[in-house]
Amino acid sequence: MNPARGSLLGIEHMEAAEILKLLKFARRMNPDKPRPLLKGKRVFLLFYEASTRTRSSFETAAKVMGAHTVLIQSFGSSIEKGESLLDTGYTVRAVGADIIVIRHPNAGAPYVMAQHIDVPVINAGDGLHEHPSQALLDAYTILRNKKTFKGLQIAIVGDIFHSRVARSACHLLSKFGVKIILCGPPELVPDIATTLAPGVRVTRHIEDALRGTDVVMLLRVQTERLSGLKIDLAEYIARYQMNPARLKMAKKDAMVMHPGPIIRGLELTSEIADGAQARILEEVHNGVPTRMAILARAMGRMR
Amino acid sequence: MSPEKKRTSLLIKGGHLIDPGARIDAPMDVLLKDGRVAEVALPNKIKGGADEKFDARGLIVAPGFIDLHVHLREPGQTHKETIATGTAAAAAGGFTTVCTMPNTIPVVDSVEWIEWLRQPERGAVVNVFAIAAATRSSKGALLTDFRALQTAGAIAVTDDGKPILDDNIMREALALGGELNFPVVQHAEDTRLTENCSMHAGARSFRLGLRGMTAAAEASIVERDVQLAMHIPNARLHVAHLSTADALKSVRRGKRAKARITFEVTPHHFTLTDEDMRDYDSNYKMNPPLRSVSDREAILAALADGTVDAIATDHAPHAAHEKEMEFERAAFGITGLETALALAIIRLHREKHIPLARIVELFTAGPARCFDLRGRGSLVRGSAADVTVFDPKKKWTFDAAKSLSKSRNTPLDGWPLTGKVVATIVGGKIVYAG
Repeated sequence: MNPARGSLLGIEHMEAAEILKLLKFARRMNPDKPRPLLKGKRVFLLFYEASTRTRSSFETAAKVMGAHTVLIQSFGSSIEKGESLLDTGYTVRAVGADIIVIRHPNAGAPYVMAQHIDVPVINAGDGLHEHPSQALLDAYTILRNKKTFKGLQIAIVGDIFHSRVARSACHLLSKFGVKIILCGPPELVPDIATTLAPGVRVTRHIEDALRGTDVVMLLRVQTERLSGLKIDLAEYIARYQMNPARLKMAKKDAMVMHPGPIIRGLELTSEIADGAQARILEEVHNGVPTRMAILARAMGRMR
Repeated sequence: MSPEKKRTSLLIKGGHLIDPGARIDAPMDVLLKDGRVAEVALPNKIKGGADEKFDARGLIVAPGFIDLHVHLREPGQTHKETIATGTAAAAAGGFTTVCTMPNTIPVVDSVEWIEWLRQPERGAVVNVFAIAAATRSSKGALLTDFRALQTAGAIAVTDDGKPILDDNIMREALALGGELNFPVVQHAEDTRLTENCSMHAGARSFRLGLRGMTAAAEASIVERDVQLAMHIPNARLHVAHLSTADALKSVRRGKRAKARITFEVTPHHFTLTDEDMRDYDSNYKMNPPLRSVSDREAILAALADGTVDAIATDHAPHAAHEKEMEFERAAFGITGLETALALAIIRLHREKHIPLARIVELFTAGPARCFDLRGRGSLVRGSAADVTVFDPKKKWTFDAAKSLSKSRNTPLDGWPLTGKVVATIVGGKIVYAG
């Protein structure tokens, strides 16, 4: 079965025009001025993995638009008793879900759901694969700050290998011609990452990544996903941690982004996290209008 | 374990016989009598009558196909497959002999289970040979009783599904196997390097966010085993489902050094690559995984130049609920018995222009040599009356729902295929007619 119209499974196969349309619609969404585009609809949030930002942001977006939300977490549900992904899907469909938002530790889980359940499925992060709503809210944030993607250069520093945010960001920004530089040690930034999308380059040197850069995106080292891989955190800090001296190498008006959660003292210092160039909380803020647009699109109400 | 032999005769007339083991590639008639090949002769030269005649005009007549690597799932996992359903699928694919893997529940690591597999109650419609576990419960720690297992009828040992990882255990297995002229079959995977991995490590696994099994995880084990086999007297190593160019290099070196090394490749590895999987379809998930284009090309070259000993399916049936789930959690393996010949004809014969005789060898004399299956793999007079008749030009569409296997886990559902089995004859009796 093909995924239901309005599903958002990943950025990779989304057209640039479709992305722009969604971002433009998101600009019209104001969380403080409720628009009942989803009145009476039921949005099921299936969270198989911990989340603060994404979950609360989707929930807020849905409620602002008049939808009912039901949160199902692996802990305290039948998932804990061994119910399969699809059986949970069939169950929430039978309860009356109009939209399923799913966060899952396994790559591709939203695809499996979308191939079997006839309601729009929204990927809220699947394993190491994609995090499309994050890429869209980041694009929204970049556009608010930089007005256009034209001529932009972004440096994404940190744990690319384990990052679904990085994969989605690369797919999205590449579609608009943004120059993308991935920076980190080979264990976290394998050379094969350049095959992800056109315009992606890899460097091991932070200076190289930052020179002439408009956007600096920092990523957390996902120690919980290392799976036997050993990373010397002290060395990582010495070579890649973002601090004021390093940020000076980027363009003067460079903006600093981070999908969170941030670990102060590791991938960035507090001066950076709280500094004037940081847009980290703005990203979180922009998550709500972006996800309002995503949910409206899912119900065919994006007009 | 051959099915009941009836005292009857069957004359296969008018076909083109390809019997690479006997160096025959010509129009020939074949007379089967009392479960044996009674005569092979030029058309219309066989005198006397036969109880039954089979008109093979326009068809290829070949020795019965042998599959060195199938999972029939008995004992223990009859929801996936049984010996009855698995061998029915084998017959539909032209296989008259299959070698069944011991990674069942419980593991086939004792004489009792070898004997159980041979009982007529299992309902086998083709010959079934058991491959026994190489170590107790396939835990990799203590060797099983090779001598007793061999005497009971096992034709090789393996811990398939898992590798024999420990250097010393592998050395001991090859040494004891060498004494007994007993092949040790290796599932070559350094599992220390493949934890949580679900496909081949490459651009596609990175893009999909799936942890990848490196080619090195296979090649390093094959290299070690080849080194051991080269230095242990009479050791017989058979590498199962070889899938990488690097592992192939090691095997080539060992073969050049005259070590007793054989290996098989699967139809899916010479047909598909890691780029073919779409949308986390777990019907593309198997172990070893679909590899890169360059790995596939290396295997195709080895099939063409005579290095590969056998095509084996690694038929690995699973129930729908074990496959329709998160890709990383889904079971490894796909079915393959009914599509093997067609994939070989399409990919090897039609696309790569490998002669049909070479392809037939890879299904017959080649595998028979790997495990010393005497009296099989060729239709010389006196050998088992196991015959596969096929039409190499017949076009058809594979419908997984109509498979005779209990399971449907294949990426080939709906594929247009060329080359189809017309009849499968086991012990002189037609067990499948297509």
